[in-house]
Amino acid sequence: MEAWTTFIPGPWMDEINVRDFIQKNYTPYYGDSMFLAPPTDDTYRLWEECRDLLRRERHAGGVLRVDPDTPINITSHRPGYINRHLEKVVGLQTDEPLKRGINVFGGLNTTIKACEAYGYELDSRIKNTFTTYRRTHNEGVFAVYTPEIRTARRVGIITGLPDSYGRGRIIGDYRRVALYGVDRLIQEKEADLLELNHAMRIEILQLREEIFDQIQALRELKQMAQTYGFDISAPAANAREAVQWLYFGYLAAVKEQNGAAMSLGRTSTFLDIYINRDLHNGVLNEIEAQELIDHLVMKLRFVRHLRTPEYNSLFAGDPNWVTEAIGGIGMDGRPLVTKNSFRFIHTLENLGPAPEPNLTVLWSKHLPPDFINYCAAISIKTSALQYENDDLMRPYFGDDYGIACCVSAMRMGKDMQFFGARCNLAKLLLYALNGGRDEITGDQVGPKMAPYDDQFLDYDDVMHRFKVQMDWLASLYVNAMNAIHYMHDRYAYERLQMALHDSEVRRFMAFGIAGLSVVADSLSAIRYARVKPMKDERGIISDFKVEGTYPKYGNDDDRVDSLVAAVVKAFISRLRKHPTYRNAEPTLSVLTITSNVVYGKHTGTTPDGRKKGEPLAPGANPLHGREENGAVAACNSVAKIPYEYARDGISYTFSVAPSALGTTSTEQVNNLAALLAGFFTQGGQHININAVSLATLKEAMEHPEKYPDLTIRVSGYAVHFIKLSREQQEEIIMRTFYKSI
Amino acid sequence: MLGRVHSIDTFSTLDGPGIRTVVFLQGCHLRCRYCQNPDTWNYDSPTARVYTPEEIMAIVKRSQPYFSFSGGGLTFSGGEPLLQHRFVREVFKHCQRESIHTAVDTSLYVSEISLMDILPYTRLVLADIKQMDPEKSIALVGASNRRNLENLRLVDANEVEIWIRYVLIPGYTDHEDDLAQMAQFIRGLKNVTRIDLLPYHTLGQHKWQMLGIDYELGPVQPPQPHRLIQLKRYLQEKSGKRVHIPS
Repeated sequence: MEAWTTFIPGPWMDEINVRDFIQKNYTPYYGDSMFLAPPTDDTYRLWEECRDLLRRERHAGGVLRVDPDTPINITSHRPGYINRHLEKVVGLQTDEPLKRGINVFGGLNTTIKACEAYGYELDSRIKNTFTTYRRTHNEGVFAVYTPEIRTARRVGIITGLPDSYGRGRIIGDYRRVALYGVDRLIQEKEADLLELNHAMRIEILQLREEIFDQIQALRELKQMAQTYGFDISAPAANAREAVQWLYFGYLAAVKEQNGAAMSLGRTSTFLDIYINRDLHNGVLNEIEAQELIDHLVMKLRFVRHLRTPEYNSLFAGDPNWVTEAIGGIGMDGRPLVTKNSFRFIHTLENLGPAPEPNLTVLWSKHLPPDFINYCAAISIKTSALQYENDDLMRPYFGDDYGIACCVSAMRMGKDMQFFGARCNLAKLLLYALNGGRDEITGDQVGPKMAPYDDQFLDYDDVMHRFKVQMDWLASLYVNAMNAIHYMHDRYAYERLQMALHDSEVRRFMAFGIAGLSVVADSLSAIRYARVKPMKDERGIISDFKVEGTYPKYGNDDDRVDSLVAAVVKAFISRLRKHPTYRNAEPTLSVLTITSNVVYGKHTGTTPDGRKKGEPLAPGANPLHGREENGAVAACNSVAKIPYEYARDGISYTFSVAPSALGTTSTEQVNNLAALLAGFFTQGGQHININAVSLATLKEAMEHPEKYPDLTIRVSGYAVHFIKLSREQQEEIIMRTFYKSI
Repeated sequence: MLGRVHSIDTFSTLDGPGIRTVVFLQGCHLRCRYCQNPDTWNYDSPTARVYTPEEIMAIVKRSQPYFSFSGGGLTFSGGEPLLQHRFVREVFKHCQRESIHTAVDTSLYVSEISLMDILPYTRLVLADIKQMDPEKSIALVGASNRRNLENLRLVDANEVEIWIRYVLIPGYTDHEDDLAQMAQFIRGLKNVTRIDLLPYHTLGQHKWQMLGIDYELGPVQPPQPHRLIQLKRYLQEKSGKRVHIPS
């Protein structure tokens, strides 16, 4: 095959095996960032037009346009362009930039509400179709939800479940489109279908139907590319085609699905192989190579979905989690860092900082020092990078995994997950004290037990009650997830994304917890100080008196840090007891995004002294103001949460004023790099780095117009600071900022 | 043996090379009019925490990965750490065994004996120069600087690395004559590898109020950035040493 000449052959030619192709053909890069090219004139002009569109979108209240008449799918819209003459990579979700499509398969009511929120009305024929002829995922789920699950959802013990929109968190291996061309992918799927001819049980029938749909989606992908004038049936023959083919794959996915998190995967080193070949053949130069990546990234920054205001209050700032994992180490010890790893990160300089794509550096102690230093320098400049511990994840996932959403490792094309948002363990602890009654509404939600009656809270007694409530919640949570994902597969199946997976995949069921640090500090207070519960007129414990001091999470104190680990272990082991849909493996994350604010709002006063309605800490962070011994102690506490029990990821957000990292810029870079190395060698899994001063954030709150690009990382992703609600901004400002005095 | 500790910060990048654990010891005999930490003055303060050297080491050792990647280590600050020199010495001995870099942040307005006690275990002295002029020193910190300067020579003679820290207070320490005099003095110290010019700031003022002490430096404003750059260049030229100002 001509597109493959000069590539080193291997098993990748006979089977779909992108990893093998990469390992055989990539060139690690150990040098520094001096080779990088500035933006071209075309890039500059195109990005100016983009910025103008983004400004208009902001002034229009966050949504520029909606197409309420055409349900979006792979081939629904005519080709769209930003500026046809300048774009080196083409393709938009609809026929105009930033025009949002409607994805009805997730849920009809959600779509109607989202349209209304921005002054549009959903086409009546569509309404009719989806009420009379076709059920949506959302209606399917609610048809089977038990009253108990509905109540749990209403009171907010579980929130953010993907039961009315796309579940996301699935990463198509978009590289396959470039390496093999679509025809080969169709052939492989047809062969898989032929093989699946034995014992037509329900599982096999389901899979056969899915593969049938996958093949259809691949055909539509070809048609979509055709409308842009590209025939992608054959493999990409050069770098420009590779970028374009890969992007078409991704574009089709974000047209078909409005999942919360739609990661790109791990593409930079794959693409470097094509770029390298073209550079070598003299048909591309460095400036053009950077231009391609800059243009790809512009497209990724323009991905849009139509969301409801409720969704935005949970996950603010219009995020899509277009997560790209960069770096890491191969199983053979060679770093997977290439020049294209630098080029991706360099887009933050060429185009300015932005939350998307969600650039994620896979850290290892074996990464080339020049690469780490470059990342650290860009972190200090933009606050737009997150870091995850490849040395920790590689033994579980190998060397070709991507990151779904924020912190969830998935082997490319081999793993998928059933996303499950998170439950509120801080609230559950209050249920344990109140015999299963909700501390806000007073309703009986959890299993009925006698309310706590002694004068002081006894640790063993409270733990026992907490575990009873955990048993109940784990069972309910698994049931809800089984219902959601059965219906999602049935009514909103990710045809295209799953077409870019092996037909037989490993499935995870990704549960999550919020309020971990509040639970730990509460348990620590109960154990090491004296906590007196106070009942209100309803007989519900709604306040506490704490006498004495107690160790607090975030100070590297094993007495409380061990409680954190114990809670995580207790909950995942309960989840693991229940049968899951499609035998998915239960995993757990400690990640909140911005939802810690909303969760806090719906949680009563906790025994650690946190007042009713106050935010929980984000992700695995200690609660603000509880860290008394500085940042390394806090990092060490977080690093103790065992990844083994929280394999869907443990998110930590670290905010520091650049001046607190050192006096000179070289010192700042070295110290940040050392901080990352220290945290990860202690066993930390994920860290967001914000290098920004508190004064800047306060100034941006008052004068948002001056800070359109100010990017800040929250739990697991990045946002434009000015797109957050006032409440969310205040919560971020309240968080611990390490600064120099 | 016990040390009286005001607080511990496990992440400082400004008190010696790399990422450092800083142990702030309780108690100081100086009464600098611009002090940021007057809450560390009283040795007997009931808020002080008491640690054995082993307890301090247990905390310090938790930072070892951060030290090894950054070239960091332990810094004793205060207060005046050398008022508890025997405790410092004991902890530093442990550090030496564990190959942890040791620094002490001191005014050097201390006895020669206390200094000599720790120097064999000290890799870096972060030495204050408060004022070069003896009269002005008394007015500013309540003590003559004679001992301070003698001790600096002593540290230098013992071949221990020195970073000089000089707080620039407009109207008090920012006269070019003061800097020229200091530069000349420092020029003669071969182990001084760096000078940090620290602009005076008012962030510690609320602590004075909390402690019920009058803050007499009230109306002084922090130095202007351009003035800072100007003085940095001036000092660098005159002293022949590397001079840093905060970025």
